[in-house]
Amino acid sequence: MIEQRPSEERRRSSAAMDEARLRQQAIGVRLRQMFDEVVNEQVPDEFLEILRRADNRSSGNG
Amino acid sequence: MAGEQTKASGQPRPPTDDIAFKKELVQLIPHLRAFARTLCGDPAAADDLAQDAMMKAWDARASFQMGTNMKAWTFMILRNQFYSEKRRSWRQSQLDQEAAERTLVAVDDPEAPVALDELRQGLAMLPPEQREALILVGAGGFAYEEAAEICGCAVGTVKSRVSRARRALHAILDEGAYDRDGAAAGDAMRSILADAERLSTVR
Repeated sequence: MIEQRPSEERRRSSAAMDEARLRQQAIGVRLRQMFDEVVNEQVPDEFLEILRRADNRSSGNG
Repeated sequence: MAGEQTKASGQPRPPTDDIAFKKELVQLIPHLRAFARTLCGDPAAADDLAQDAMMKAWDARASFQMGTNMKAWTFMILRNQFYSEKRRSWRQSQLDQEAAERTLVAVDDPEAPVALDELRQGLAMLPPEQREALILVGAGGFAYEEAAEICGCAVGTVKSRVSRARRALHAILDEGAYDRDGAAAGDAMRSILADAERLSTVR
């Protein structure tokens, strides 16, 4: 079965490996972009509101 | 009660420390949201998680040493929160699939390239520990050592998870294994490549 694989296929898989490196880089770029997209979103007011309430509560207790 | 105990027994915490802590914590909120989004997928659930983590960090502020890596510390809190919730009630794989679907709908930016959706779906198909390792190192900007600290595992483990995640993601995107309504295999990858080329030439 293995002998049946022509060298053509092996050549193709080696070319694919070269391409793989480039693709991995491309995925990396997109990954950062995806993450940064959320980072750059405006933070919902809720977050700061919750923190403000907690802050008031703790300074009120102390 | 525990909070009062700490306050009563320990030195009263100087308000300037709280102010500095809060300031730094607020700056980290966008990053916590982004990390949470990659863990949960669903934006609303992710924000709940990020808020819980933010509050846990705030409550634990006395145990944080100013000047050390607060980003890694809060990410660790968020991650622990995520997994403790998941242990309680989440059927993760199913939820990930649903979340990926919702994320698709949630993206309404006409400028957003299709491949970003597919990347999200591809990520959702990875085992959680591989996904988080890849996110932390590949997108969050953490060193392997920091990611290891956040995940509570060895540096070598993180390295192997990242590398396995990269390979798996590549395969998923390349083969169109995300199975998106009969989209041709490899379309996502071609789109990602084209976009990355465009981005790198701009730089």
